[in-house]
Amino acid sequence: MDEENVLNIRNLQFCWPSGQRDVLDLEALSVDVGERVFLQGQSGAGKTTLLGLIAGINHSGRGQIEVLGRSMSAMRQRQRDQFRADHIGFIFQLFNLVPYLSVLDNVTLACRFSKSRRQRAEQQSGSLNEEARRLLDHLCLDVSALAHKPAAELSVGQQQRVAAARALIGSPELLIADEPTSALDADAAQVFLDLLMSECEAAGSSVLFVSHDVSLQAHFDRTVQLARINRAAMPVQEGGRL
Amino acid sequence: MNLSLLCSLTLQSMRNRKFAVILTMLSIAMSVFLLLSAEAMRKEARQSFANTISGTDLIVGARSGSVQLLLYSVFRIGNATNNIDWKSYQEITAHPAVEWAIPVSLGDSHKGYRVMGTTRDYFAHYRFGDQRHLDFEQGRAFDGVYEAVIGAEVARSLGYTVGTELTLSHGLQDTHFARHEDKPFRLVGILAPTGTPVDRTIHVSLQGIEALHIDWQSGVRSSNTVDAEEALDLDLQPKQITAFMLGLKSKMAVFRLQRAINEYKKEPLLAILPGIALSELWQLVGGAEKALLVIVFFVLLNSLVGMMSVILTGLNERRREIAILRSLGGRPSQVFVLLTMESFLFAALGCLAGLLFYFVAMVLAQPLLLSFGLYIAPLVLSVTQLWMLAGIILLSLIIGSVPGYRAYRSSLADGMSIKL
Repeated sequence: MDEENVLNIRNLQFCWPSGQRDVLDLEALSVDVGERVFLQGQSGAGKTTLLGLIAGINHSGRGQIEVLGRSMSAMRQRQRDQFRADHIGFIFQLFNLVPYLSVLDNVTLACRFSKSRRQRAEQQSGSLNEEARRLLDHLCLDVSALAHKPAAELSVGQQQRVAAARALIGSPELLIADEPTSALDADAAQVFLDLLMSECEAAGSSVLFVSHDVSLQAHFDRTVQLARINRAAMPVQEGGRL
Repeated sequence: MNLSLLCSLTLQSMRNRKFAVILTMLSIAMSVFLLLSAEAMRKEARQSFANTISGTDLIVGARSGSVQLLLYSVFRIGNATNNIDWKSYQEITAHPAVEWAIPVSLGDSHKGYRVMGTTRDYFAHYRFGDQRHLDFEQGRAFDGVYEAVIGAEVARSLGYTVGTELTLSHGLQDTHFARHEDKPFRLVGILAPTGTPVDRTIHVSLQGIEALHIDWQSGVRSSNTVDAEEALDLDLQPKQITAFMLGLKSKMAVFRLQRAINEYKKEPLLAILPGIALSELWQLVGGAEKALLVIVFFVLLNSLVGMMSVILTGLNERRREIAILRSLGGRPSQVFVLLTMESFLFAALGCLAGLLFYFVAMVLAQPLLLSFGLYIAPLVLSVTQLWMLAGIILLSLIIGSVPGYRAYRSSLADGMSIKL
């Protein structure tokens, strides 16, 4: 076990229960503490599946995934869920807010599943809502106007900032982003990434950023091509899952 | 992640789908309301049926079936096969165990309502419901030969008041030949509603019945008529009656006297215990009540299935929401609870609203129900009704676990790959 690694994958193979063949077959992938990795891959390269495995939502019997030095496969499903709540922040492509909850409720939702993240958020700003406001403010969202609006009423760009704040609240050790900029135009995507990266730095979170968009890789320490490391990659046909 | 969070998420999600949620809840509330009302009516109808007559120990009539005797003597349905000789009546009522007796003479009618000849003992001893006596709403008991007392429903539907004159008809047909036009009766009293066949009865004295038929032979008027005044001077002592009711001094004597009457030598008689005959009759007519409950139960099932379909329809949209919760560390079991809790809330709030409807309706309908002789305590639930409510909640949890289970399965299978 390497203390320097946030993420360490060895000889991972995965196939969906209904699938005939492996979707993923990785020899090695790792993210160091504080490192920002850009994982680049076309659709069908198995990106989302890989993220599900790292987060412990899906589960593979073969190979080894260690997050923060702990083996995901050694944990029970319940432990994996709790581990994810405590240590991993997630940003999705789109539609990643609960539409009927207010902006503040959406952000603080992440802390409701995790005591440790809640404590860290409270240490940071005194209260959960204060921390949520602080993050939203840093991500250039007009908090005073939007805090109590339902998420469904926000623009896509605003939603993405709220999602980022939710992923960052309570300073999780690892931030995983799955195509978070694909709904934004190129300029907005660059601005969003700048803000996201500076917040990650402030929170001390390592970043695993997944996108097909090569133009974003300048923001990262290192780029990994999923197609190169995934021996089971079958581009085009297998769009994500099913 | 605790229950209160799941609860608040469920509530907010439901608030977000207000319209469908309110409609579904209304339909559940209506079924709950129907079920509770049907049960209350059923119970009260049964109760009031069983209470049609009380305090009477034996009913005696010509030998036939016990249900038939009960039907014509108490419910005024159908006719007697034969009459009882007045002498037999006198002999039996002279028995030392007999406390009181009410003779009943049937056969005439007025505008479809049966006329019953009896004595003033009827108003003193006849009891119904929970040992309630007959009360007068207006006027008094009959005294003279040509005086009548009517039940509440007769008074209401015919609009009669004390002082109204009425012409009785022979038999049940109100045809010209059958009318006893020569001997009109004057209305002297109206009884308070009882919810029993008494409400639909016109009561006159036995002498009145006798006077009506003094110039009749075998169902037709004879040629030498006797007018009303002349009849009063004649002997109006009845020769026959249709049936009679007995109250005994001691309940211990009931079976002994019943056997004695059934074995009466001079004419074939039948004595029945009203309670037993009533329950026999209820077995015949009580089936409808169960059918009603079954129908209402299916109405309820229908709204619960409706609830399930509302939740299932929403489930596809909510997969996103579920995926978000999963990504934040929510467990599949929590997803299950989230969805099942929704059904529970549907049912619980539906039940509450249904209860409210029920209480309001019962308070509002109280006067109407009383006029049918049904008394339903408006703000009280019976044990059966409480079990029904518990059953509805349980059933909703079972039905609601279907969407819960589907969400659970898909949250395991989908992982985070929800892309809408």
